[in-house]
Amino acid sequence: MAVRRDAVANIIVCVKQVPDPEAPPSAFRIDDGGKRIADSPGVSSVLNGFDENAVEAALRIKDAAGGRITVLSLGSAFAADVVKKPLSMGADDLVLLQDETFDDLDSYGTALVLSEALKRIGEFDLVLCGRQASDWDNAQAPLGIAELLGIPCITVAQKVEINGGVVVAERVLSGGYEVVEADMPALVTVSNELGEPRYPTLRGIMTAGRKQPTVWSADDLGIDRARLERRIRIMDLFLPVRDRQCEVIQGEDDADSGRLLALRLREEKLI
Amino acid sequence: MVDVLAFGEHAGGKIAPITADLIAAARGVGGRVAVVLMGGDLTGLEAQTAPLGVDKVYTVQHPLLAGESVDMLVSALEQVCRRVQPRVLLLGKTAIGRDVGPCVAFRLGVGAAQDSVAVEAGGQTGRIVATRPVYGGTAMAKVTFGSSNPQVVIMRPGAVERGSVPGAGEGVAEEAEAIEVELDESIRKVRHVETVRKESERMRLDGASVVVSGGRGLRGPEPFAMLEELAGLLGGAVGASRAACDAGWVDHSYQIGLTGATIRPDLYVTVGISGASQHMAGCSGAKRIVAINKDADANIFKEASFGVVGDWSKVLPSFMEAVRDLVRS
Ligand SMILES: Cc1cc2nc3c(=O)[nH]c(=O)nc-3n(C[C@H](O)[C@H](O)[C@H](O)COP(=O)(O)OP(=O)(O)OC[C@H]3O[C@@H](n4cnc5c(N)ncnc54)[C@H](O)[C@@H]3O)c2cc1C
Repeated sequence: MAVRRDAVANIIVCVKQVPDPEAPPSAFRIDDGGKRIADSPGVSSVLNGFDENAVEAALRIKDAAGGRITVLSLGSAFAADVVKKPLSMGADDLVLLQDETFDDLDSYGTALVLSEALKRIGEFDLVLCGRQASDWDNAQAPLGIAELLGIPCITVAQKVEINGGVVVAERVLSGGYEVVEADMPALVTVSNELGEPRYPTLRGIMTAGRKQPTVWSADDLGIDRARLERRIRIMDLFLPVRDRQCEVIQGEDDADSGRLLALRLREEKLI
Repeated sequence: MVDVLAFGEHAGGKIAPITADLIAAARGVGGRVAVVLMGGDLTGLEAQTAPLGVDKVYTVQHPLLAGESVDMLVSALEQVCRRVQPRVLLLGKTAIGRDVGPCVAFRLGVGAAQDSVAVEAGGQTGRIVATRPVYGGTAMAKVTFGSSNPQVVIMRPGAVERGSVPGAGEGVAEEAEAIEVELDESIRKVRHVETVRKESERMRLDGASVVVSGGRGLRGPEPFAMLEELAGLLGGAVGASRAACDAGWVDHSYQIGLTGATIRPDLYVTVGISGASQHMAGCSGAKRIVAINKDADANIFKEASFGVVGDWSKVLPSFMEAVRDLVRS
């Protein structure tokens, strides 16, 4: 891994396209094989929210000290407006790792492919990822990338800054935070406590529309497919039915309902 | 020979509750169960594991393991796994375990099942089957492992009923063994600078028997003062949805859910919260959920035992007045 020490930082942000995690649970369907969430009209594709926070973190570093931001995404199929969103927010380049075999990777395979792509990019100072992807909520691939590249990994950051060749971050803890630092190149995962990601500007959207992503396949990366074999296998995926049969308390008006609710909870010895 | 190795956590000279969860889960899997304790000074800790029912305690004491550096813990645990060769390695989804578990798995070239709520030895093969919520809790997955060991499972705190597992808590005769690990400063890649605690007088969420939470429906920070008062009346703590925290109405330490606090109160009162699966992931262990929400179709009514469909600004004042009278009487 060649590390360039220019005045400005090379930042790579890993982003993932996911089914909208805020779609109502009733809109989700499992496909026939019982192993994955099916495409369904009620669930659109979006950029993973924590990855948008990671893009925002990269843009703040760029705003403060300059830098070049390359966005890296892995998958078998992409929606252009989804994966181009970071470009419209202000990122510079987009690299798509696209291959049929990338359709069914576990965290190990995901980390392996992303780390090979990072090696191929070669010159980077900082890798930013969302703290977890909202589909499988694994929070593992970033740790794996750092392990495979042998670089430091800082998780769940609410603030990321670069100071010389060192990254300084605030890690969210329950009831506070921890300030940590590491020599670069390093990887940091970003959480929503960082703050809202910026909206794409009109100019950003137009520039993004014109930009052509670089696309690499498994062969381009020289990845032996046998190494991608799943270490974690999905046996079954199902949608649990939750219906506790809520007892709805209804009075003459809202205020009366509130009063009756208190009485009912007392009856149940809950208050 | 050890079948299941639990990564024990401790703080302030006491075994952390997650350790008992893990040992109970390990007993459910079966076979010989060991716990490994790591730290700079483990004096007095080993004895505390006896009542939890393990067959063996491994202690790993090293000055560089004081201070909970993930880099140090990963290296030490990797060395322990290579020595002990457990079939299964269990960790808790805590601030430490959720990072240490996957890192050790990557180093050993094996898979890890994150955030699992149940774990069992499956059918004929005896390979581990872990059950875990995915898609924020909208779906559940059962996953199993390839042929290499250890099978690493990271358990959600509080998911295992400790009393329900035969053998747990029986104080089995235990063996102890100290393991030497090789660590040096070059292993530390992330350096700790300082820890900043936000001083707060408020009641802690974990362990509270009553929790009162507010969400985006409150439309601003002011109503949280009412929730504080209500919580005070009920002897409980105040929490919030992520939307309320992201809006800056309350600090993120109030957040309950998948990426916030996990609570298991007897009574959980939600006001202006829709009940997104990621929120419910942090409170599904509540015995009774009460919802005040103006949308009768909100998901929260599928999870609540009691509810009022109405505007909180009208429901809450009269509810509180009645509660005030009831707790006084
Ligand atoms: C990976 C991931 C992790 C997440 N982690 C968490 C987490 O840890 N915790 C968490 O909470 N969320 C989490 N979320 C976010 C979650 O998906 C929801 O967006 C969030 O919980 C919504 O908060 P809410 O219920 O307050 O807001 P909304 O969903 O907007 O609901 C507001 C509710 O208020 C009601 N309302 C409005 N006005 C009134 C009124 N006057 N009177 C009564 N009711 C009213 C509405 O009917 C509505 O149901 C996560 C999301 C992702 C993708």
